[in-house]
Amino acid sequence: MALDRWVALAFVALCCVYGYAAFFTMDDILPPILQRNPVWPSTFPKILTVLGMLVGLIVLFTPKAKDDPARDGTINLSRLGDYHIVQAVSLLALMVAYALTLRPLGFVGATVGFLVIGSLILGERRFHILLPVTIVAAASIWYLVQEVLGIFLRPWPGFLM
Amino acid sequence: MIEGLLIGLSAAISPFNLMMVVMGCMVGTLIGMLPGLGPMSIIAIMIPVAIGIGDPTAALILLSGVYYGAIFGGSTSSILLNAPGVAGTVATSFDGYPMARKGQAGKALTIAAVASFAGGTIGAVLLMIFAPALSSVALLFHSAEYFALMVVGLSAIAAFAGTGQVAKALMMTILGLMLGTVGEGALSNMPRFTFGMMELQTGFSFITLAMAMFALPEALFLVMNPARAATGDSGKITGMRITGAEARSIAPVIGRQSVQGFFIGVLPGAGATIASFLGYAVERNIAKGAEQAEFGKGSVKGLAAPETANNAACTGSFVPLLTLGIPGSGTTAILLGALLALNVTPGPRLMIDTPDVFWAVIISMYIGNLVLLILNLPLIPYIAKILTIPRTFLIPFILFFTLMGSYLGQNNATELLILVGFGVIATILRFADYPLAPLLIGFILGVMLENNFARAMQLYQGFDFILERPMTLGLLVLAALLVILPSYRAYRARKRAEGVADGD
Repeated sequence: MALDRWVALAFVALCCVYGYAAFFTMDDILPPILQRNPVWPSTFPKILTVLGMLVGLIVLFTPKAKDDPARDGTINLSRLGDYHIVQAVSLLALMVAYALTLRPLGFVGATVGFLVIGSLILGERRFHILLPVTIVAAASIWYLVQEVLGIFLRPWPGFLM
Repeated sequence: MIEGLLIGLSAAISPFNLMMVVMGCMVGTLIGMLPGLGPMSIIAIMIPVAIGIGDPTAALILLSGVYYGAIFGGSTSSILLNAPGVAGTVATSFDGYPMARKGQAGKALTIAAVASFAGGTIGAVLLMIFAPALSSVALLFHSAEYFALMVVGLSAIAAFAGTGQVAKALMMTILGLMLGTVGEGALSNMPRFTFGMMELQTGFSFITLAMAMFALPEALFLVMNPARAATGDSGKITGMRITGAEARSIAPVIGRQSVQGFFIGVLPGAGATIASFLGYAVERNIAKGAEQAEFGKGSVKGLAAPETANNAACTGSFVPLLTLGIPGSGTTAILLGALLALNVTPGPRLMIDTPDVFWAVIISMYIGNLVLLILNLPLIPYIAKILTIPRTFLIPFILFFTLMGSYLGQNNATELLILVGFGVIATILRFADYPLAPLLIGFILGVMLENNFARAMQLYQGFDFILERPMTLGLLVLAALLVILPSYRAYRARKRAEGVADGD
């Protein structure tokens, strides 16, 4: 089964969960006074569930047209093996790590770490360029956000401030 | 209209707003040139900055400058590297890249700049004429018609998604609408689909979703397939002049494509990409003999046509946004989200309640086009140097800006985890060949759609509004036809193809 059908199947499953919540559990906590309304908070989700199921099943069961040949530079699942999957997954993991360390390490530390490790993952080894660039970038972005935009960002770890 | 223009002039010509136009065009051109970052990603990254400014006029001026700049930057990388940064400039590379290969890169960039300028400027004139007219009609609309109109918009976006893609686009639209229902409901402030999580009480942030849908998958694809970036030496750019004969031959092309591109841009879901391809095809068919043979091998007409059309279409896509409050493309959907965050509700009341915003945007379109022309003609050889930044530096920064964009919107690290989660889902959807713009448009329109639906339901005590208001019924029938007709044609085409296969 092609990936797009798996996605359609997942979507139908999502519609089932969504629909169950809309049809069976959501109205239980609705105050009686609101029940006299012609439209309930669950009305629109109910309509969406029905439409979603319908469209999901259509995508799932429509016979597929012939594949057009892959164009150069476009992304094609059949060439998945040729791609740098490990790099992509490590970068995703790095993004999660950034989200978790942003508060404990402070903005500057976490950002320099993210940019340096990100470049290392992609194969950069010229530290004499990498380190100054990332430090200047992190510090100037912090200055822009904190001073120009006025959004609070803690630059250093909590125990230093 | 004269009064409006004066209001707009006085707002747009303030030093701060002029600075915003110049800054927007610069940032847009610089980032738009990078492979993989389209106008949607760039605008999404710039939103925290725009919201930080606080003044809706200045913010919208900045963002539309970024939009124009991004489209122009995309054509630069199409011409120089055959690596279009944006789908809307793919047609530009058909004739732009061959010209650059023949050593006419400078001339190609000049033609692109002039054609973009003309397309954008003529588009802005048309916008000025049509938007007020449309918005006075839209004032007669009630919530029932609004609901129906949004349904038409959403189904048109699915209908224009391309053959065999209609059902998929529709599925993405519905997924977007579903995501839009997470959080407190339209009428009753009752939390829906939050699974008891406090973070979901306010619903998903649209900036996070926009980043996850566009910027993140594109950056991941650049990592996975380095060929996609095609960075390299942009060479030396000389000979920017065009001859009088060339100017005369592209003038009618620019005239035709400005008008055609504008009206394609007005249609929801069509936008710059379709306008540029259609513009290219039309001009190739109109051209005669030797000129037609030249198309695809470095024809000046073939370069001017898509460049004019995509800029005119960008301007055209502002019409439904500013007059009806309904975005027709992913980019204008992001702009709508930014406007709502700035407490401006686009729609027919915009011209009455905040005429300074409306007219300042139109005036800044003229200024933006002028700035791009002035900025690009002399500076392009230097700006093109950005194409030589190695990807090992570029990609971590792109990812970092994605993270920053969504963090600054909410100031909450949980948002970053949501971003990565949606980013993975979006990448899978891209692999499975699902269009993502309908999802985002559905998400942003979802709340408004439900509000108008609920209001109509309350006014008419049920579904009677569909039958009692002929215009609503008409629009809903139109929406159904928009979805059913292309599906039926695809079905028949498939049946016919199967029949041929059997006959062998």
